Amino acid sequence: MEAVLSSFDEYLKAFALTIGLFLVSGLLSLIWGTILAVFRVGPVAILNKAAAVYVTLFRNTPLLMIFIFMAIAMPVLGYNFTFVEDWEIAGYNVSAFFVRSTIALTLYTSAFVCEAVRSGVNAVPLGQAEAGRAIGLTFAQSMKLVVLPQAMRAVIPPMTSVQIALVKNTSVAAAFGMAEAVATMRALTNNNADQRTGIFLAFAIGYIIIVEVVSLSSHAIERKVKVAR
Amino acid sequence: MTAQQETAPVSAGRGEPLVVLSDVQKHFGQLHALKDIELTVTRGEVVVVIGPSGSGKSTLCRTINRLETIDEGTITLDGQPLPQEGKALAALRAEVGMVFQSFNLFAHKTILENVTLGPIKVRGMKKEAADTKARELLERVGVGHQAEKYPAQLSGGQQQRVAIARALAMEPKVMLFDEPTSALDPEMIKEVLDVMVDLAEQGMTMIVVTHEMGFARTAADRVVFMADGAIVEEGTPEEFFTNPKSDRAKDFLGKILKH
Repeated sequence: MEAVLSSFDEYLKAFALTIGLFLVSGLLSLIWGTILAVFRVGPVAILNKAAAVYVTLFRNTPLLMIFIFMAIAMPVLGYNFTFVEDWEIAGYNVSAFFVRSTIALTLYTSAFVCEAVRSGVNAVPLGQAEAGRAIGLTFAQSMKLVVLPQAMRAVIPPMTSVQIALVKNTSVAAAFGMAEAVATMRALTNNNADQRTGIFLAFAIGYIIIVEVVSLSSHAIERKVKVAR
Repeated sequence: MTAQQETAPVSAGRGEPLVVLSDVQKHFGQLHALKDIELTVTRGEVVVVIGPSGSGKSTLCRTINRLETIDEGTITLDGQPLPQEGKALAALRAEVGMVFQSFNLFAHKTILENVTLGPIKVRGMKKEAADTKARELLERVGVGHQAEKYPAQLSGGQQQRVAIARALAMEPKVMLFDEPTSALDPEMIKEVLDVMVDLAEQGMTMIVVTHEMGFARTAADRVVFMADGAIVEEGTPEEFFTNPKSDRAKDFLGKILKH
C-alpha cells in the first residue's frame, strides 16, 4: 500500500484516465449503439443488414484484436489520428493513443449496446408503435417519442452490465501506451515487487468504486423511470 | 391544417365517396385474408363490419391506414391513393383516426400528453393550444378529471375513451374502430359505445369492426357482413338483421342472437 500512497498522484491520474476512457467511449457507444439498434428494427432493408453485419463482426471479435487493428493496421493505412494532437480541450492536449483507444472501445461496445437496446425495443408491445404510426408519426418520430423511451426502461439492467464491462475493458488500453489504471499498477508492482498484494488491492478497490458508482446510478435511473408510468 | 378546416363541418359534402376499396386482395402466407374487396364509404356514413372471427374484418380495417399492406387492388381516401411509405404515408395516417381493441395508449405519457402528442408533433400545434383542445376532448368523452394520470391508472373503458379522444385530436376525416369494446368488461362497454354513438350523430365518418349488434342496429347506416375474407352481404341494419339474404349471414346471426 505504501507504494500507492507515496505515488497517490499517479494513482489518481491513472484512474482519471480510466474514467476518461470509460466516459467518452461509454457515451459514444450509447449513441452509436442506439442508432444501430434503430437500423436493426427499422424498415430499411439495407441498413438492417448493415447493422446486423456490424454486430456480428464486432461482437464476435476479441477486443484486443480491435485494439491491435486500431493501433497497428490503421496507421499503416494512413489513419494514425496524430492530427488530434494539435487539439486542446480544457487545457489538455488530446493524445492520439486516447483517440485510438476510445474508437476501439466504442466500436466494440456499440455492438453490445445495439443488442441491449434491441431487446428493449422488442419488449415494447407492437401496439405502441402502431398507435404512434396511426396518429401520423413518422418511423423516426415513433421510435424517438414512443418506443425508445419505453424500451429504455427494459434496457437499463442489461445496459448497465454492458457499461460495467466497458469500465473493465478500458484496461486493454494498457497494452497500447495508455498509462491508465492497469498500466500504472504494472509499473508500480515492477518497482515495488515486495508490495504487490497491497498494490493489487489498491487498484482493485479503485475499479470496485467506479463500477459501484455506475451500478448505483443505474439503480437510481431505474427507480426514476419506474415511478414515471 | 387547411385540409381540416375545409372538412370542419363534418356533414359538408355528405354522400361523397370518402374511402374506396377496389378489388383489394391480401394474403397471409397460404391464407387468402381479403378476397376481392369492393367497398365504398361515403362522407358521414357509419359502416359497421361484422362477421365471425378470422373473417378478415380487422385486417380490412387495418388496411385503410396501411397498418396492413395489400397485395393487389387500390384503396383511396378522399380521391387520393394511399401512399406507399414515408412522410406521405404518415400524413395520410394523420387524417385517419384509429381506435384499437387493446387501446394502445402510450404507457409512458400522461392522459393529456397522449392526446396532445399528435397535434404537437404532427400538426405543429403550440403546446398551450393543444392542451386546451385536448382537455375539451377529454371532457367530451367524460375523462376530463383524469388528465394528469397515466394510462395504467385508468379502467379499460376510460382508456378506450381516451384513445378515442387521442384520435379525434387529429381532426381525422374518418375514424376506424377495430373491435373497440372486445377487450372491455361488460359494464364498461356502454360508456365507450355511448361516445361512439355521439360521434356518429355528429356526422363523423366511421368504419367500425365490432361484435356489438346493438350498436350496429342503432348507429349504423350500413352493415357489412364478412366471412372467409370476403364481403358476403351488405345492407341497412334493418334489412340485415331482420332478413339476411345469405346462408352464411343467417347462420352467423342464428348463433349470436339466440340466447
